[in-house]
Amino acid sequence: MFQLNINGRVHKVDVEPDTPLLWVIREQVGLTGTKYGCGVAQCGACSIHYNGEVMRSCVLPVSAVKPTDRIVTIEGLARDASHPVQRAWAELDVAQCGFCQSGQIMAAAALLRKKSRPTDGDIDEAMTNICRCGTYHRIRAAIHRAAGNRSAAAEADNNNATA
Amino acid sequence: MEHAQQSALQDVTRRKFMVSTAAAGGGLALGLQLPFGAAPAAAQSAAAADEINLWVVVKPDDTCVIRIARAEMGQGTLTGLAQLVAEELECDWKKVATEQITPGQNLARKRAWGDMSTSGSRGIRQSHDYVRSGGAAARMMLMQAAASEWGVPVGELTVANGVISHAASRRRTSFGRVAAAAAKLTPPDPKTITLKPIKEWKIAGKPLRRIDNTRGKLDGSQIYAMDVRLPGMLHATVKQCPVFGGRLASFDAAKVTGMPGVRKVFAISPTTVAVVADTWWRAKKAMDALPIVWDEGPHAKVNSASIDAHLRTGLTSDDAFADINTGDAIKAIAAAPRKVEAVYSLPFTAHTTMEPMNCTVRLTADRAELWIPTQSAEASMAVLSSSSGLPLDKCEVYALNLGGGFGRRIGSQDVVRQGVAIAKEFPGVPVKMLWTREEDQAHGLYRPIAMARMTAGVDEQGNLAGMHIRVSGQSINAFANPAAIKDGRDRRQLQGLWDTLEGDAQIGYTHPNLRTEYAMRNTHLPVGPWRGVNTNQNGIFLECFMDEAAKLANRDPLEFRRVLMRERPKHLGVLNAAAEKAGWGKPLPKGVFRGIAQFMGYGSYSAAVAEVSVSAKGEVKVHRMVFALDCGNVVNPDQTAAQIEGSVAYGMTTLLGEISVDAGRVVETNFHNFPVMKVKEMPKVEVVLPLTGDFWGGVGEPTICVVVPAILNAIFAATGKPVRSLPLSKQGLTLI
Repeated sequence: MFQLNINGRVHKVDVEPDTPLLWVIREQVGLTGTKYGCGVAQCGACSIHYNGEVMRSCVLPVSAVKPTDRIVTIEGLARDASHPVQRAWAELDVAQCGFCQSGQIMAAAALLRKKSRPTDGDIDEAMTNICRCGTYHRIRAAIHRAAGNRSAAAEADNNNATA
Repeated sequence: MEHAQQSALQDVTRRKFMVSTAAAGGGLALGLQLPFGAAPAAAQSAAAADEINLWVVVKPDDTCVIRIARAEMGQGTLTGLAQLVAEELECDWKKVATEQITPGQNLARKRAWGDMSTSGSRGIRQSHDYVRSGGAAARMMLMQAAASEWGVPVGELTVANGVISHAASRRRTSFGRVAAAAAKLTPPDPKTITLKPIKEWKIAGKPLRRIDNTRGKLDGSQIYAMDVRLPGMLHATVKQCPVFGGRLASFDAAKVTGMPGVRKVFAISPTTVAVVADTWWRAKKAMDALPIVWDEGPHAKVNSASIDAHLRTGLTSDDAFADINTGDAIKAIAAAPRKVEAVYSLPFTAHTTMEPMNCTVRLTADRAELWIPTQSAEASMAVLSSSSGLPLDKCEVYALNLGGGFGRRIGSQDVVRQGVAIAKEFPGVPVKMLWTREEDQAHGLYRPIAMARMTAGVDEQGNLAGMHIRVSGQSINAFANPAAIKDGRDRRQLQGLWDTLEGDAQIGYTHPNLRTEYAMRNTHLPVGPWRGVNTNQNGIFLECFMDEAAKLANRDPLEFRRVLMRERPKHLGVLNAAAEKAGWGKPLPKGVFRGIAQFMGYGSYSAAVAEVSVSAKGEVKVHRMVFALDCGNVVNPDQTAAQIEGSVAYGMTTLLGEISVDAGRVVETNFHNFPVMKVKEMPKVEVVLPLTGDFWGGVGEPTICVVVPAILNAIFAATGKPVRSLPLSKQGLTLI
């Protein structure tokens, strides 16, 4: 039996110790916003916040999680999708299929907590999640917008199609 | 070599519906054995009370529910189709909701919603007319209902934003208030429906936000098929013989049946074993521990080098057919004072949708249900029926929004057969089957491997004397739809190099001495459409070689092309538009070089200019890409831009990695050895839409075929060395 603090609520789960946190979140706790994409910490679809740091939950065994560790999933990031990153994602219509976006948003939110005004270089370094729809252009613009980097946001967003 | 992945039984089923999915305009009716065409009478008899017609339901609170028959996989078609209906309906866009119809509903109403399949960039270009007519008919019925209620001629009424007004009597009503009466009216004669001129559009044609980018995609609450949860559900995973054409020899189920949660370990086909457990993680863990012996079959020694040699024989063999054969290209090239010959080689690549392949099936004695991310819910239902043995009217498919499609989730429907085979062992219990990423990589429907021998001559004046294109490579039709190959001429592999004026992928150049050829060289790997399909490879072959020919002629690549494009005004239009927007010919920062490319696919014309630098260490940086797309008419310019941006990332990923073969199997098993482009490599993307307005072309796929050639041409400009094979690592180059 493992005790976990997820989105401020305590959950007790009865699973094998090597069960990845991702699958505990999805199958035991029932929060499916955190996605399985690769299982080897390469794609970032399973990104969560672990004591405030972004973490790929598909390779973290549940036995390594202490009851006092604070786990936040996409469902617990903010009330009513009101986090500045979520708002910027909506305003710039970042998502296409949307499958990877939980992980992208969690990675971006963690970046902004560390660096409130990230540079393009900071974004390149921090945002290593994969998106096959190719929303990268808007992800960059949306992070700048969420950070209030007006000039960088305008620069990154300056692709409006003109007929 | 022939694929042998499927059993004979599976083949029969697959051919039956592949014939239909590949037919122009969809035509899934072949697979479903149903008549084409709308059946308004039957449709009306089955209508819900608040249904105005097939496409529009109006609620008492004025919410207009617009029905969508095509799949939404991120490409934005749902929003575009809703805009088209709403435009004619004259409703309040803020009160629009959408509803995806199911194939069961379509079947019950004799396919009144038409083709549901979503591939080939057809979602909008092949349904815009009838969905607009549906919106217009609903508007006419709502207005007639108001006119009848007020006892005034309908011609005296006006409508805007879902409000109907009669100026003379100063009366107003809303769609919601007249909906019930409108729903009882006879639909207008289609001949009386006049669509709005496009220049008067207020909702369609505008860069509106996506209607499906709701909170669910921001807070994780959107349910993908992988997230489906049903009462009593079990979970499964499968492992297929890693060597295509091999079979399952034996497995030792007893070794894992005692593991926690494991319910059943069994073969579901001659090639595939399944594990079912109470959670997916436990199923996966048991599968990892399951001892399996494979009979690897006849292809166990095939590798990339042997496939390469096989394709190379097609570069000079005499079994090719000529498609375009104008003048005598071979003679003209031989007689030219300057000649260039080059062999291009492009590897297999994988779709790698972010959501791995999956489906959930529940079977009872008289009902088969399927939850699946699919590009063709009707093809999924056909396979659900054939695999379960239940007739179509006892089947239903719940097609959820896909976590990526790109062509992987249209043709084979392999997961449906597997899901049904598993669920048969658990009557009444829903079973969700999910592939691991490794399984997804190892059992794709790969983009065909292709090579080309390109030959050109240049005359004394620096003009092209002739060009000879010989493509050698694997055929999608030979694998998936042999009936489409007429007289041994598989023209599909020359997509984008066609000369027919009515074609939707026409070569952009005319020349008195031009020859295109294809020699089929199949492998044992399964292949299929991959975003852009053969325009990807053919775009690289033609457009990169065009720069080689321009260099031989000592001409500017843009000028060299323009001379050959006088009879192709739309191709030339986008080429000029991209060049102008990019500032072709204007100075660039030191070390930055431009490349240009144009191509046609899916009924649309694309051109791109790339700005690239290459360091002394061979590090390639793509700084900026400018696109021009003429898709005739545009329904949402912002979503069109999003598709173009996405095509950049999808195309550029082929610079980074490949699917290679060793010991008969795919080598690249996950993202650690199948690198995919990330934020860092993404260039700035700019888009211009020089629309000519007299046709409807696709959007999702056309631009991908100019992404890579524009970049490779810029690398050629920077280094003086043409890039003739991918990934870039083969040239000692790395993308940064």
